[in-house]
Amino acid sequence: MPLLEARDVHGGYGGMNILNGVNMSIEADEIGVIVGPNGAGKSTMLKAIFGLLTVSQGEILLRGEPIHNLPPNKLVQKGMGFIPQEKNVFPSLTVKENLEMGAFLKPHNVKRMLTQVYDFFPPLHDKRHQPAGELSGGQRQMVAMGRALMAEPEVLLLDEPTAGLSPLYMNEIFERVKQINAAGVGILMVEQNAKQALAIADKGFVLAAGQNRFTDTGAALLADPDVAKSFLGG
Amino acid sequence: MNSPAPSPAKPTTTRRFPVREVILFGALLVAILGVYAVMGAAYSTRMLVEASCYAILALGLTIQWGYAGQFNAGVMGFVAIGGFSAMLFSVPVNDAFWGTELPGELGRVLLYLIGSVLLVIGATRLHRFGVPKKLRTVIAVVLAVVLYLVVLSMLRGVTGEIQSRAGFIGGLGLPAWTGWIVGGALAGSIGYFIGHICLGLRSDYLAIATLGIAEIIKAFLKNSDWLTRGTATVSPLPWPTPGPSELGFTLARALYLSVTAALIAVIFFLLHRAYHAPWGRMIRAIRDNEVSAAAMGKDINRRRLEIFVLGCILMGIGGGALASFNSLFDPQGYLPLNHTFLVLVMVILGGPGNNLGTLFGAVAVYIIWLMSEPLALFLMNMAVYVGEGVFGWEPPGNLDSRALQARVFVIGLLITLVLRFAPQGLLPEKIKHHD
Amino acid sequence: MNELVFFINNVVIAGSVTGSIYAIGAIGVTLVFSIMRFAHFAHADMMTFGAFMVLLLTLAFPGVGAVVGLPTPVVMLPLAMVLTALLAVGIDKAFYKPLRAHGVKPIVLVIGSLGVTLMLQGLIRLFAGTSAQSLYIGERKEIYRLDLPFELATRPVIVTEPQIILFILTITAVVSLHLFLNRSRLGKAMRAMSDNPDLARASGINTNTIVAVTWVIAGGLAAVAGTLLSLDVTFKPDLSFFLLLPIFAAAIVGGVGHPYGAIAGGFVVGFAETLAVFNWTVLLRPVQHHFPEWLELPRNLAFVGTEYKIVVPFFILVAILVWRPTGIFKGKVI
Repeated sequence: MPLLEARDVHGGYGGMNILNGVNMSIEADEIGVIVGPNGAGKSTMLKAIFGLLTVSQGEILLRGEPIHNLPPNKLVQKGMGFIPQEKNVFPSLTVKENLEMGAFLKPHNVKRMLTQVYDFFPPLHDKRHQPAGELSGGQRQMVAMGRALMAEPEVLLLDEPTAGLSPLYMNEIFERVKQINAAGVGILMVEQNAKQALAIADKGFVLAAGQNRFTDTGAALLADPDVAKSFLGG
Repeated sequence: MNSPAPSPAKPTTTRRFPVREVILFGALLVAILGVYAVMGAAYSTRMLVEASCYAILALGLTIQWGYAGQFNAGVMGFVAIGGFSAMLFSVPVNDAFWGTELPGELGRVLLYLIGSVLLVIGATRLHRFGVPKKLRTVIAVVLAVVLYLVVLSMLRGVTGEIQSRAGFIGGLGLPAWTGWIVGGALAGSIGYFIGHICLGLRSDYLAIATLGIAEIIKAFLKNSDWLTRGTATVSPLPWPTPGPSELGFTLARALYLSVTAALIAVIFFLLHRAYHAPWGRMIRAIRDNEVSAAAMGKDINRRRLEIFVLGCILMGIGGGALASFNSLFDPQGYLPLNHTFLVLVMVILGGPGNNLGTLFGAVAVYIIWLMSEPLALFLMNMAVYVGEGVFGWEPPGNLDSRALQARVFVIGLLITLVLRFAPQGLLPEKIKHHD
Repeated sequence: MNELVFFINNVVIAGSVTGSIYAIGAIGVTLVFSIMRFAHFAHADMMTFGAFMVLLLTLAFPGVGAVVGLPTPVVMLPLAMVLTALLAVGIDKAFYKPLRAHGVKPIVLVIGSLGVTLMLQGLIRLFAGTSAQSLYIGERKEIYRLDLPFELATRPVIVTEPQIILFILTITAVVSLHLFLNRSRLGKAMRAMSDNPDLARASGINTNTIVAVTWVIAGGLAAVAGTLLSLDVTFKPDLSFFLLLPIFAAAIVGGVGHPYGAIAGGFVVGFAETLAVFNWTVLLRPVQHHFPEWLELPRNLAFVGTEYKIVVPFFILVAILVWRPTGIFKGKVI
């Protein structure tokens, strides 16, 4: 049974459909990457999975259990984590408080998880009493990932985690994503930096106009000349 | 909403028959005739005149709230300013004031006031002459405080004199309509002041500020005995039309009604034109999607200011017409309930942004409002009767004022219910999808 | 020296009293603003409701205070806070939540809260009438006279019992709020939601719970503020809009969504009001003989008459909106 599965998902905002039948599935030890041109519905798909917009048709399953149209807080309880692209920290809360909010539903875990997250992202430990709004972009992304990890998710959704970051930080973030996955968390992320993302992907989903265009392993998609020509800029 | 697109050949002839409008206005007509039959012509005509004055206020609010999404929580203040202006212009000249040296004294204080304002403005420009900015600010503030206190004490002296020797400054003895126009202008300038400060900010701030200015205007009119006789009230105010003593109540009121009706017709026509003109489309574009309107290069705050000021002008005119008709200027008679929230109910119930709906809402709500007064008292008496009989309850004395409070509750309930269940009102604004 | 005592009595003490009341009211307004993003116009009538509950409870059990050794209204305050908090949560469930569920603009919620304020006003005045009533029923307001250790000061500094209770309660309220917001899990979640509601939801924070907690705090604090006001003077059911303006001004001066700012704003507005209606002639009179002949000191040298008190918060509001709409502490929501 796949960890996360989407079957023929339709949905959008205010009667306008952006997703016109998207299929996806990832296993617990896999990294799934969604790529595609602007307006293809990549972020929308992620939001649909996380219950932030109404799914009008099709179904989304977490370990075989239907979860579409559940509110986000229920999904967090069920083991899903979400890191939005922008505004992914609480700016006036300190780094530590940001992380604590991630474990809001599992307050007894806070101490143990804090140690783990600080071990994983040492810079966060040094800045733990600083408001998150004062951090740099890369450090914020670390806070955001740390916050999501605090809830010990089974699957983590990331919306363009490297957007606006310098190449140095970008590599660091991809490295971290791989480590998180190695620790047993399924990953589904949307990425603009398609080549680097597909390079670490077990599965790649190329979306266009709200539908699957290509679905294969990351390596196969990178090697496919059609994909390269249309979606990876040659 | 999803009506099929009109055929391109003759797009204007596919208008539907306005069933809803006809039914609602038919019912309203029946209600009015019913009131005529039961309460008599004189009373009913008075009711219609007052309803028509309220309709002007409601039109003012509907363009602010319905057209532009700006919420004015201080209609009362603008109405009171209109009423004050109508009083000031139409009441006969007071010789006990003008015959003395007091007007000169008052003029002198006003000159001092202008001089002081100029001085302070000058002080704020001092940095152009090499004065450090911090020092300039200190000088300007200190100067403003000192001059304010000086002018204020002079004003207190003169106004005290006026009050004790002449009562109040009296009116100008001009026709009532001059007062209405100036009232509209005054209300408009206050609206400009408030709007200028608040319109770039959250819409909540405008509501707070208008609520505040309304209470301030009322406090000013109530406490400036030298100008308005304060709680002593001014009456009678002359009408722009022949009064009841010449024509009898019904005819005189009917004549007055024709004036206010003509006023509404003019306003209605102009608003209709404006709504469908590019200006109106722009206003609605801003209301519905501020960001994209801004992206198209519309000067949002300027347009919003225009509409806000326009609404305030209408409120001032309506307030003037209302005060003249009542033939009484009583600053304490201006109540948030009667002059802000009643108008609000008229607008949101009738259909914000729909002029016809607003007109319907104004007349219908006013009739219900008037009729509910005896009803509320009756219900209170019933409650007391039952309370005494069944529970042996000692009823409180001031039943009248408590019946009024029951109406406060009902108006509040009505506002919340309409917002929840009929947010578009009875006659919703028609939004054309195929223009 | 007596002039100084007069100044202390009429400005320092009176200003702190008004300031505390505005501050506690403004905290509620600012919390609601930061969580639900709208100006809650029914707050002043919630204050009145809280005070009215205290009045009813005091009427029902007038002897309780003597047992504890505190004025009865103060003993009844916790119960009134609970009742007001329940009212606030109930109002939200009945009137604001359906509007939020429709996704209306904040200004529609503002109008809704005006509807609610009228309903509260109507109900309270229906039962309480419109005249002022003292919360001290069968009890005496203790008055403390403190003599200053200066030879020239023959008059005492006067503090009343309710004023001392007021200062103690204000400090208690502020400290417990501080601890709640910074130490407790719910308090932090509240700050998180005010920072970024979407992310709060994505973190698994149940926003309905936070909204309810906010109303409980706002309602409870409203009851405190209303009761303190009524203890200091009398219970007046018809203050509504006259309280609303200074409280909003305080919240905006402090920076909307900023509880500590609201406290500072409350004191700014409170002191500004008392300073503005203070008759400065009293202070200037002792030094009058130093003035030149032509400068005659008027009898009344107050900036505004007491009847125009409401102009002061309005002036502050306008000034802050013109110069610094985010408030002295940068507010979050503008």
